[in-house]
Amino acid sequence: MLEAAGLVKRFGGFTAVDGCSLTVEERSLTGLIGPNGAGKTTLFNLLGGYYRPDGGAVRFKGRDISRLKPHQRFAAGITRTFQIPHEFQRMTVLENLTVVPPAQSGEGLFAAWFRPFTVARQEAAVVKRAREVLDFLKLTHVESNQAGALSGGQKKLLELGRAIMSGNKCILLDEPAAGVNRTLLAELAERIAELHRTGYTFLIIEHDMEFVGHLCRPIYVMAEGKVLTKGSMADIRADHRVVEAYLGSQGSA
Amino acid sequence: MTLDSLGLYLISLLTMGGIYAVLALGLNIQWGMTGLMNAGVAGFVAIGAYTTAILTTAPSGMHLGGFGWPVWAGMLAATLASGLLALPIALICIRLRSDYLAMATLGIAEILRLVVRNEEWATGGPRGVAGLPKPFTDLAAPYDQLAYLGMVLALIALVYWLAERAYRAPWGRVQRAIRENEVAAAAAGKNVEAFRLQSFVLGAMVMGLGGSLLAHNIRFIGPEAVEPLIATFLVWVMLIAGGSGNNRGAILGAFAIWSLWAVTEIATAQLPPELGGRAAYVRVFLIGLALQLILLYRPQGLIGEKPPRPLSRID
Repeated sequence: MLEAAGLVKRFGGFTAVDGCSLTVEERSLTGLIGPNGAGKTTLFNLLGGYYRPDGGAVRFKGRDISRLKPHQRFAAGITRTFQIPHEFQRMTVLENLTVVPPAQSGEGLFAAWFRPFTVARQEAAVVKRAREVLDFLKLTHVESNQAGALSGGQKKLLELGRAIMSGNKCILLDEPAAGVNRTLLAELAERIAELHRTGYTFLIIEHDMEFVGHLCRPIYVMAEGKVLTKGSMADIRADHRVVEAYLGSQGSA
Repeated sequence: MTLDSLGLYLISLLTMGGIYAVLALGLNIQWGMTGLMNAGVAGFVAIGAYTTAILTTAPSGMHLGGFGWPVWAGMLAATLASGLLALPIALICIRLRSDYLAMATLGIAEILRLVVRNEEWATGGPRGVAGLPKPFTDLAAPYDQLAYLGMVLALIALVYWLAERAYRAPWGRVQRAIRENEVAAAAAGKNVEAFRLQSFVLGAMVMGLGGSLLAHNIRFIGPEAVEPLIATFLVWVMLIAGGSGNNRGAILGAFAIWSLWAVTEIATAQLPPELGGRAAYVRVFLIGLALQLILLYRPQGLIGEKPPRPLSRID
């Protein structure tokens, strides 16, 4: 469904992503792990359109989307979340969700001014959907709170909520478990698995091995800007190259 | 001061406060909603004021035109001209981070001020453009001023309605999302540049309208009226004092700060003559002091931003 083909990204003399290829199959829960500095987030930024690749291509459903801007990739059907929550701080939790759905006619000034009934009707539907998502994420009780005042874990859930509101079925999650307490984490994993069952495709960057091992298949391992290997958690644990990548030269010594 | 002259003074105070309310509403669209730091409000005021001045005055050898247009047409043209100026600026500068946008707009406003001061053939240079028509002058003494005030208030109501509707609609929600986090807004599929451009142009049009009101009110426009102090700084103080992000706050701030500005004029007029020459600086100092106090003790302004009521009530 989503394919990185030999992606290259350089920053000055440093090659952060160096000929990286991976494929996210439709309706898969694909994991992406690797030591710090392996280039995972850079790869995400390439897939999401925040960086232009210096080489290679990003394909989505067979179409080359390498040159599309972030909002155009969203329109193509891909939504990403952020490792550090990017909530709209001085907006309510509900507004953080209702802002997302595309093609709201009230986003145009003409409709906002002169077609109040159309806008209100759509708005009612959007609010209803947002409340369903809040209910799904168990965030209903903070609906009217400012998003900036949420706990770290709640902000992570809100990130997922915004992704659900996008209506896109291909979601890239950047470290959804980071900074989330264990109780909430189980909740989060369950939510993701549930979405997966209803037809979503996920690519998940994560450091929490238990989380990834529990949820994802296949799992890609990145190191030094390249894909090192791919497989189930058991395959990966058995792969000495992965151990070396994580432990560095000490591992191979 | 007789009762009559007090009445006239109040009318003129409210009229000027009202004109500034229009400017503050324009700035609120740009800064309050979208977070665009326009430090060149004066430039758009100038475009509005000079456009209507040149179009509505009788033919004159002292400046370009005049073309003798009716006042309403001049005001409409002023609004459009300001929007037209904002468009290329936005296309070039809108990607800039807010502090760089501030520098760019400040520079453009200063260029415009120097142009109106120096291009005598078009703008009358330092002499300005005099003899603008003022509507309702065929009415008897206080009623002409009162009618003009009524027009200003009606236009505030119109601009307020447009701004508030836009703010409460999904359009405003996207603008606030861009203000809060541009990267996340793009990740939510919003075309950030297109939205910022709309906000910048719309705000500039409102400022152009305000500029035309200013010119017709005193039937004159000169380069002093578009000094950054009076036409940019004061508007910013008004918006911050009233409550940035809140359209009612913008209006309230404009009336409050203009009243304060007017009171300082009366107060500094009482100074002995040897200090009189410095009075203008004392006024600026007092306004600056007011700004400091607001920022220290009420940073959200008199009425801060509240999450807008949803347009739909379904619960």
